[in-house]
Amino acid sequence: MKWYKGKTIQQLLFYITFVCLFTMALPVDTDAFSDQVVQKGATGEDVVELQARLQYNGYYEGDIDGVFGWGTYWSVRNFQEKFELEVDGLVGQKMKGMLEKATEFDKEFVHRMLREGREFTYYGGVDKNIQKGPKGGKDKEDPKPKKDTQETKQPAKEKAPDQAAPEPPAEAETPEEGTPKRYPGEDIPDETPAPEEAVPQEDDGVSIQKAVNVPEGYSDNDINIMAQAVHGEARGEPHVGKVAVAAVILNRVQSPTFPNTVTDVIFEPRAFTAVADGQIWLTPNEDAKKAVLDAINGQDPTGNALYYFNPDTATSAWIWGRPQIKQIGKHVFCE
Amino acid sequence: MIRNILIGVLAAGVIGTGVWGYNEHQEKEALVIQGENTYQRAFHDLTYRVDLINDELGSTLAMNSKERLSPSLSEVWKITSEAQNDIGQFPLVLSSFSKTEEFLYKLGEFSYRHAVRDFDEEPLTEDEYENLQTLYSQSEEIQTEMRNVQSKVLKDDVRWMDINDQLQAQDEPLDNSIIDGFHIIDEKVGAFSEVDFGAGDSHLSSNAKEIAENLSGEEINEEEARDKAAKFLDSGNKGNIDIEMAGEGLEYEAYTVTVPDEKHDTTTTMDITKKGGHAVWMLNEREVEEQKISLSEASEKAKAFLERNEYDSMQLVDSKQYDNIGVFEFVVLKDDVRIYSDAIVLEVALDQGDVIGFEAFPYLANHKKDRDLEVSLTQEEAEENLNPHLDVKEHHLGVIENQLEEEVLCHEFYGVIDKDTFRIFINAKSGREEVVQKMQNPERIFKG
Repeated sequence: MKWYKGKTIQQLLFYITFVCLFTMALPVDTDAFSDQVVQKGATGEDVVELQARLQYNGYYEGDIDGVFGWGTYWSVRNFQEKFELEVDGLVGQKMKGMLEKATEFDKEFVHRMLREGREFTYYGGVDKNIQKGPKGGKDKEDPKPKKDTQETKQPAKEKAPDQAAPEPPAEAETPEEGTPKRYPGEDIPDETPAPEEAVPQEDDGVSIQKAVNVPEGYSDNDINIMAQAVHGEARGEPHVGKVAVAAVILNRVQSPTFPNTVTDVIFEPRAFTAVADGQIWLTPNEDAKKAVLDAINGQDPTGNALYYFNPDTATSAWIWGRPQIKQIGKHVFCE
Repeated sequence: MIRNILIGVLAAGVIGTGVWGYNEHQEKEALVIQGENTYQRAFHDLTYRVDLINDELGSTLAMNSKERLSPSLSEVWKITSEAQNDIGQFPLVLSSFSKTEEFLYKLGEFSYRHAVRDFDEEPLTEDEYENLQTLYSQSEEIQTEMRNVQSKVLKDDVRWMDINDQLQAQDEPLDNSIIDGFHIIDEKVGAFSEVDFGAGDSHLSSNAKEIAENLSGEEINEEEARDKAAKFLDSGNKGNIDIEMAGEGLEYEAYTVTVPDEKHDTTTTMDITKKGGHAVWMLNEREVEEQKISLSEASEKAKAFLERNEYDSMQLVDSKQYDNIGVFEFVVLKDDVRIYSDAIVLEVALDQGDVIGFEAFPYLANHKKDRDLEVSLTQEEAEENLNPHLDVKEHHLGVIENQLEEEVLCHEFYGVIDKDTFRIFINAKSGREEVVQKMQNPERIFKG
């Protein structure tokens, strides 16, 4: 009897595993979340899936861009409120389970749209072919291709991503807020559906995000300019030394005796040698970029330094007279 | 025959070089003139704007109507910032004009502060009127000197490029009336008796200064700082810790400690204050690999790190993922009030989940035991002061620093207008709208 019982359990387990495997393998296109909790500020595939699934049943109207920003945050909270989950903006197992049950996620389609840089939406019950925008999306067909270089000259202020997108997005009409309603397909007819197979499959390992997080008050281009300056000034320095140079730039922005924007500080005549001798136009490496992010997030190894110099080459008596704070790498930082 | 050909070739070569050289020279001249013109424009603009400031300040003195005073002062504010911009374009060494720049900045702050205030409720006091008078006469002095230099520039046909070269070459005592003129202006401004620019010109005092004033605790020695660093980083090996005292340029005394990170074959650098032994900042040098853990797991690690180092009752208020790094902002939570001015930022590597960055400047500058956390306005009352278009989604109580750098207790509302999220702070005592902030949306990637 005992043996028999054991066998039943074994059999049962076998069946369960089988059924599980089968159900998981059957809908080829639906993909499940990883088992990590997704929270505001996160980026990556889980966020893409979350946004797509929320959009599928009408909770999310923004771009599916792979960044858990404020728009996504409110959608998640809205969803949690409707389904009487704890309203905390954290996407845990329970919410994921509910989303997986209620919606479909065509990973292949969504990822391909993102790779091709198309404008697209992912409302449930609508033919996908009419939800995708022209290939290449807005980025490449921007009528003013110089736009983003111009923007770098402007002071670092918040700008909405929409500003840089002059065309109205070819988006399905948005369903009424909050109601999880299916959507009839009767909107903007796209160009004839392009031959689907024409696009070579790329490795999914490449970043599929369409947007990035940026620190409050800075644009990605501001960060790049700063990274260029840091790279030109402090190549070959330890990371702390690069952060210190970036911090000096930001301290100058704050200081009354220097210009008030990042670009003005960097390009102030005779302020940085890398600007004077053109080294600022070298392509910055990842470390320089990270150093800039560190500094923008408040890191300052110099404790509010405004100047630095290389003691081996500096000849100006004036700079030697400044009260020194410390030496980091080859640079001496001073007040 | 060959000789003739040779002569011909050489002659052609000489003529060619001549033409090329002449062209190069012309191009260089054009560039020099272009640069010169930029300098000239900046200089003459500056003198013009100093004139304007003087005029505008003069007229505010004669004004009695409140309706005119605000626009006039905001005009001063605008011109001062333009004038600062002109100085930024100057070819002169940074030091030679810094006092004047600072004066302009303070004047700008002063006029802004008064331009935004409600003169019906708080009219200009007698002292403030005197301040305005002093500023007026000071701006007149600067104006006169500037005019003086300008006339010299015009008369002697001075080229800024030449002055620049002289300065750069660090020649012996510069016998140059123009530069002397600037030095005179700067010295004069430096000698102006400090005008009381009102409500403490705290904008000029940096975080570092505030830290120096706010630090508490016993002084520690090098050995204790080593222990402290090892404990902070949870590093067992104390043998190889390098320690150095920061120079006198730093407002507060601190040790810079370099701790080897054997696990990653790199080092961690941090500053620890001498007084009280507080960690100021910490940075790990290592390169971060591909992301393995989620942002939310990383935030748990960050929280655990803070708790291990006895930063109690901190609450996570913002998290952001930059590729393979998670950045977390924590603030002190006291009686359910978020003390935003006591912020600590942590960076966690998303490959192994270790804390690779820490900074506590605002925390050290502002942290206090006692704060007045008494509200006189309820949430509902505060909500009445909000823009009716705002769809309020979240509410907290929080202490922030407002534009005048005073700590104020506020009702904090998160709300949505169309697609954008806003954060609005309403003063919990006066109902004043202290800060309105549009929250940043994720930025679209532009493929160059």
